[in-house]
Amino acid sequence: MTNPADAPTSPGPAPVEVRGLVKRYGELTAVAGVDLTVEAGDVYGYLGPNGAGKTTCLRMMLGLIRPTEGTVRLFGRDPLESVHALDGVAGFVEAPTFYPYLNGRRNLELLASFDGDDARGRIDEALETVELADRAKDRVGGYSHGMRQRLGIAAALLRDPQLLLLDEPATGLDPAGMRDMRLLIRRLADQGMTVLLSSHLLAEVEELCNRVAIVRTGKIVYEGAIAELKRSAGATYRLSTTDDERAMAVCRAQPGVGDVRVVHGRISFTADDGTVAELSQALIEAGALIQMLAPQTVTLEDLFFSLTEGDGVVDEKAPAVATR
Amino acid sequence: MSAVAESTGAVRRPARSRPGVRAVYRWELFKLRYQKRTYLGLGAAAVVPIIFVVAIHFRHHRDAGGGDFAFASYLTKSGLVVPLVILLFGAVWMFPLITALVAGDIFASEDHNGTLKTVLTRSLERWQIFAGKALAAATYAVVAIFINGTVAVIAGCIESGFNSVQTLSGSIVSAPKGLELVYLSLLVYLIPIATVVCIGLLLSTVTRNSAAAVVGTLMISLLFQLIGILPGLGATVPYLLSTQFNAWQGLLRQPIDWSPIVRAVWVCALYGIPALGTAFLVFLRRDVAGG
Ligand SMILES: Nc1ncnc2c1ncn2[C@@H]1O[C@H](COP(=O)(O)OP(=O)(O)OP(=O)(O)O)[C@@H](O)[C@H]1O
Ligand SMILES: [Mg+2]
Repeated sequence: MTNPADAPTSPGPAPVEVRGLVKRYGELTAVAGVDLTVEAGDVYGYLGPNGAGKTTCLRMMLGLIRPTEGTVRLFGRDPLESVHALDGVAGFVEAPTFYPYLNGRRNLELLASFDGDDARGRIDEALETVELADRAKDRVGGYSHGMRQRLGIAAALLRDPQLLLLDEPATGLDPAGMRDMRLLIRRLADQGMTVLLSSHLLAEVEELCNRVAIVRTGKIVYEGAIAELKRSAGATYRLSTTDDERAMAVCRAQPGVGDVRVVHGRISFTADDGTVAELSQALIEAGALIQMLAPQTVTLEDLFFSLTEGDGVVDEKAPAVATR
Repeated sequence: MSAVAESTGAVRRPARSRPGVRAVYRWELFKLRYQKRTYLGLGAAAVVPIIFVVAIHFRHHRDAGGGDFAFASYLTKSGLVVPLVILLFGAVWMFPLITALVAGDIFASEDHNGTLKTVLTRSLERWQIFAGKALAAATYAVVAIFINGTVAVIAGCIESGFNSVQTLSGSIVSAPKGLELVYLSLLVYLIPIATVVCIGLLLSTVTRNSAAAVVGTLMISLLFQLIGILPGLGATVPYLLSTQFNAWQGLLRQPIDWSPIVRAVWVCALYGIPALGTAFLVFLRRDVAGG
């Protein structure tokens, strides 16, 4: 199971293990007690609205800022203790930055010599991967936002990482760029790389990740496999009839049908398959002829909004912002 | 599963070659080559002696020498006096400014460009980044001083000749011996300059703003000068940073007076080491939250 040449028999510590992580900026609590474990091979989505503390959390993982409380372990090592904890780890927070007066290649050469090992030999390949080879001789100061984002990925790849920490990697990319980014992350993950990416692009996370944590004002409000998350949300249907008002009444009266409301001009409700068949019968009898009745796949988006804006789940949690 | 196992195994593999302070130092010097301020500072260091020599040239022709400062009468007798006169007058602001231009910027520019997070997430410890940068700032100051001295020697000798010089004790030393004294003086001059570098580094790490650090360093340098001329504070003069800029004059006595030089070493250390130490600790512990 393990490579006998250089690994002991145990599978080793998890790529990311975060326990009780807190970061306060004065009165403001940016990260309010985050526990997180990313297992090897995971593509982990760290999802939350603006200001939820995603970047702050990633900064602590990379050893850029000191946690107020709690610990971070990357493959069992503490990034605060030594930069050795970042061996095999690469990534960036917020928009990747470079020396604007040096060209793209020079920037990578600089970073490669700060990486040691054979990072220098990977420069060409990395530039090819992010399709910047033909612009590598231009000053980074003249790069577009998306090009810097790509260069950031290239810079991360120089380290030949086993764990990638990416903060909103697709921000600022055009649709083709976003697609390429997704394909790239997918490919890297297939090669065995563990990825932790923060995002508020739900489609991205849904497509790429096998696990998610949803954060709101510094606290994790959901953590688990995406499939699990969707299953727990139950099946939703959308309905449109010749007489929606009457149909609403029928739905509400029908046993087994729940959460009846109007969404985007259509009736939405939850029910199981058997109940739906009975409901359609009841609707016809009531004179509300069905124009459309479709099962609605729960998107991560729905869940995201219900978790980050709804009051239900989150209300019980302690307020994330200190009110002292 | 095998891919996963492989990946964790690979991480534990020790790095074959770890980068060190040298890599940082080398790249800092490389980066300086791409920055305007580098050329502004070095350019000033080179141009000032030329302007100075041109000025004496015309002044000499107008009122046939003479003047109101210590070395003035010697200026036209030997070109070797030129670098020394520039040291005398550059101390107040020129050399501190040239030095601060880079030392004050070297950390602040990383904040400005938001690049600290980029370099701190590679394989270098913070102390290594700090050491490389501090060494680069010091190197720049050394280069600026020696460019200045060398241009002054060349321009001075073209104007007044490579002649023997009179020491401050009145004795005459030969031209080659004089040249040696000039370069020794530059070396001694580097002692207070090193302190200016430390102050620049401190302000650069603390203010995280290049302009504030450069101006602040210069202000501190001028402040020392000011304290020195305030009435009633005469007793402090030997221990002011500004005074150490004149320590090299001990070399021009016969026999050489080492006491101001020895004092410069410990007084400058007294100012410089705490400044450098504080900068170091601030840099090591700071949150990199910007960029
Ligand atoms: N250096 C700082 N000083 C003070 N407050 C900060 C600092 N950095 C972050 N914060 C605060 O911490 C909170 C979380 O910020 P963070 O950047 O981590 O959010 P985010 O989830 O990355 O948001 P976004 O989606 O907009 O990138 C915000 O309220 C922010 O104002
Ligand atoms: Mg962010």
